[in-house]
Parts: sequence; structure tokens; C-alpha cells
Amino acid sequence: MARSFTTKFRVGCNKGYKLIVLGVETSCDETAASICSNSKILSTIVSSQIIHSKFGGVVPELASREHELLLNTIVQQALEEASIDKKEIEGIAVTRGPGLAGALLAGVCFAKGLAHGLKKPIIGINHLEAHIFANFLADPNLKFPFVCLLVSGGHTQLWLVKEMNNYTLMGTSRDDAAGEAFDKGARILGLRYPGGPEIEKLGMNGNPQAVDFPRAFIKNDNLEFSFSGLKTALLYFMDSKKNKKDILLEDIAASYQQAIIDVLVIKLHQAVIEANVNSCVIAGGVAANIALRIAVESKLSTTRVLFPDLSLCTDNAAMVAFLGELYLRNGVSSAMEFDIDPNLKLA
Amino acid sequence: MSDHFTINLDSISATQNFASEMAAKIQNPCVIAMTGDLGSGKTTFTQGFARGMGIKDNVGSPTFKLVSEYKGEHLLLNHVDCYRLENEKDFFNIGGEKYLVPDGAITIIEWSEKITNVIPRDAIIIDFKRIPEKPDVRILMIEGWTP
Repeated sequence: MARSFTTKFRVGCNKGYKLIVLGVETSCDETAASICSNSKILSTIVSSQIIHSKFGGVVPELASREHELLLNTIVQQALEEASIDKKEIEGIAVTRGPGLAGALLAGVCFAKGLAHGLKKPIIGINHLEAHIFANFLADPNLKFPFVCLLVSGGHTQLWLVKEMNNYTLMGTSRDDAAGEAFDKGARILGLRYPGGPEIEKLGMNGNPQAVDFPRAFIKNDNLEFSFSGLKTALLYFMDSKKNKKDILLEDIAASYQQAIIDVLVIKLHQAVIEANVNSCVIAGGVAANIALRIAVESKLSTTRVLFPDLSLCTDNAAMVAFLGELYLRNGVSSAMEFDIDPNLKLA
Repeated sequence: MSDHFTINLDSISATQNFASEMAAKIQNPCVIAMTGDLGSGKTTFTQGFARGMGIKDNVGSPTFKLVSEYKGEHLLLNHVDCYRLENEKDFFNIGGEKYLVPDGAITIIEWSEKITNVIPRDAIIIDFKRIPEKPDVRILMIEGWTP
């Protein structure tokens, strides 16, 4: 996909020219569609396919073939909610990677078919870049450069966002994502899925200093994360606890959560200093954790900290439509032959 | 259960070195089905295995994304994780069949106990165990492959 452009990208709308873009997102579990016009989201529909949570386990009814069945309905719903007829669509944006091959293919084939039928341009979108740009939907006054901590079930990444098309991955997890550490920790403690809110609730009145869980790489200069050792430490702690019942479960939950938060906050702080920026954004499902928010705000008291609304930082199509409109408005589109890329990189 | 052997590995690096040497000896596409509970060393093993295939990329947990694909020196690596799946139906729903007959690739499946009925007969099976008293030790029981 050639992305050459002559004008410098502007985030925000160019008044007087109405461009209606449909965004489609199917990179993993969610089938999602959204209509964006002049950088405003007119509708955003997400079918949470992972609905039923079971004790100790996660999920199913996920991904791939479900997307094919749901896409038509979800797109139709997005159009209706925005009061837009499909003939008014002037461009289509669709996630082309990274993600699950079969899932991505469902969305891209659907989008290509629609673009071909409507004779409108199409743009393949990088899911990670869309996550970064969702922050502009949350706060239109956000200015480059900023540091973005993307922290969810699948990602723990620190991005330096200098400007459009200029991203540096400052650090990432070598093994488990932070959200995964919450989920698997919850399972070890016998809690429900999703684990983040469950551990937070249980640990609310617990003592976060009760158990000294490991904080991987915390003294290192690098911005890498590792959470699999923490999960294992909890496993062995629970094994040993069977013999001594003197520590409360709520103290264990609070201590486990604190170990995750400490690492996230220290690395984020380090990244903000290294990058020499005034703003940072914490995006992704884990950003909903109140103790994390409090810890970030106290550690980065002189930095402008943004926590986008959860609906914008979990997987959604609004961010895809928004970024797609930005590209199309700047004259960038993809050739119809563009392919999915499950391992698409951003930098 | 005819040809199986057991090996005790006493550290993370021992597990990774063993996996790396095993990868270097496997020259043809195959499926490696892994069983074993949380924290028993499956992802750690896969990281070492990937290194042995000449993969430079960081190999993380595929729990959320379900499948990660990497390019090795001779073969590709499909790193599949069934933790979030319930059964074979879910596996086919994510397009899993293509990973069971890997073309020019090795497929490693974590939590393969969720999809026992579709694991190919010629697959290598590795069961991982940890011992509560010895946090660093992992015991691997391997079927369908000998060093």
C-alpha cells in the first residue's frame, strides 16, 4: 500500500467539505462498524461477541466466522443510527492488521465488496495506529508529541507519538500483557472473568504491601515489561499459603494489583522523561483501574494525563473510521488489491 | 503412549535451551500440542523453540490474539493458544484447521487439551508440570519425538 502524500497531515477537520466514512473493524473478537464525518463520530456499533463469562474460564463465541455473519447487520445498524444512506458513504476504512488472519479477512473482503459496489475509495488501516488516534477523539485538544501507554488484555506498549506517521515503540511486554496478568491472576485466585475488575474489587480494602510480589525490570533502564513471572509467583505463593492461612485473600489481590501498577507507572514515568513530552495518554481496558489512575496522576503530577473513555480504547470501529477519514481527506487511499497483514507493524 | 520420555528442567534458561535444541533438530512441518496448567512453562518453552528456529522477534503470549505467526530461517512458526477457547468448535471458528496441517510451518498449540479430538495422530505431544516445592523446576513428558 503506497502512502505518499503531498500535504502535511492535519488532525481535525477541514471545514466546508463533508466526507462521510464507514469504518469496519474485525481484527479479533469484536465485529464493529462506525460512521465518521468531519472528524465527528455519528454512530459506533460494537458486537461484544465474548458475552458470557463463566467461572474461572473465558469466553467463546469468538472471532472469525462469526464476523461474516454479523457484518451486514452491524454495518446496517451503524448507518441507521447515523441516519446515513449507504449511497452517501464517500469512503471506507477497514482494519488490515495486526490481528487474526481469518478475522481480518472477513472485514477486508466485506469492505472491498462494498467499496467496489459503491465505487468509492478504500483505505486499509493499522489497528495500532487507530488506537493511537482514538485519543484525538477523546480529546480534540491533544497535541503532538505525546506518550501513549496502550495497556489491555493483548497489549502492553509504550509509544512515543511525535506526529502522524512518526511513531516509536519505546517498550513492550516480552511475555504476558498487563490485562492478561490480571485475568490469569484472577483465575489463580478463583475469581471471575474478566479478572481486572474482580481483583480491583477484592483488593479494595486489602493491604497492597502484604505480599512482596516481583516487579520485573523495574530497576532496568529499558522500557520493557514482563508479567509472566508475576503470575508464576502468585501460583507458588498460593501453593505455600495452603499451609499458612494467615494472609487474607483481599491482601493478596491488593498486593498482586500493586505489583502490576508499580511497573506500569514507573515505566510510563521513565518514558515521559526520556521522550521529554508534556502529555501522556493511558489507553486500553486496564486504564479503567482506579488504583492505576490514582497512581499515575500522583507520579506524573506535572504531566497532562489523559484517560480516554473506555468505549474508545477497547476495540471499536470509531477509531478506524476517524483515522480513515483523516487519510482519505489527505488524499491517501489503498489500491483495491491490498492484503491483510496479521503481523502488521507500526514502527 | 508407547514412545515417550520425561525430562526435568531446572530453570527458565534450561527449558529454553532444551526447546531451542529441539527446534534445531526438527526440519519438517509438524504440530506440537502442549498441555499443562498456568505457569507450567509453555510460553517459556515456545520462546526457546522460536530462538532455535532462527526467529529474532519477541515471542509473547498469544492468549488474547489466539494466534501469532513468525518467520524462522527455514520454516514459519504458528503459535496458537486455546486458553480462551472452549472446544473444537471454537477452534474451527477461528480458522484453526489451517494450523493442523501446517504448510511450511511448525504449529505449536498451547492448551491443546481443549481440542484433543482434532490433534493429528502424528503430532508431538508435550505435557508440562511444575512442582509446588521447587519453583524453578519443570517436568516435561514428550511423546512422538526423541532427542
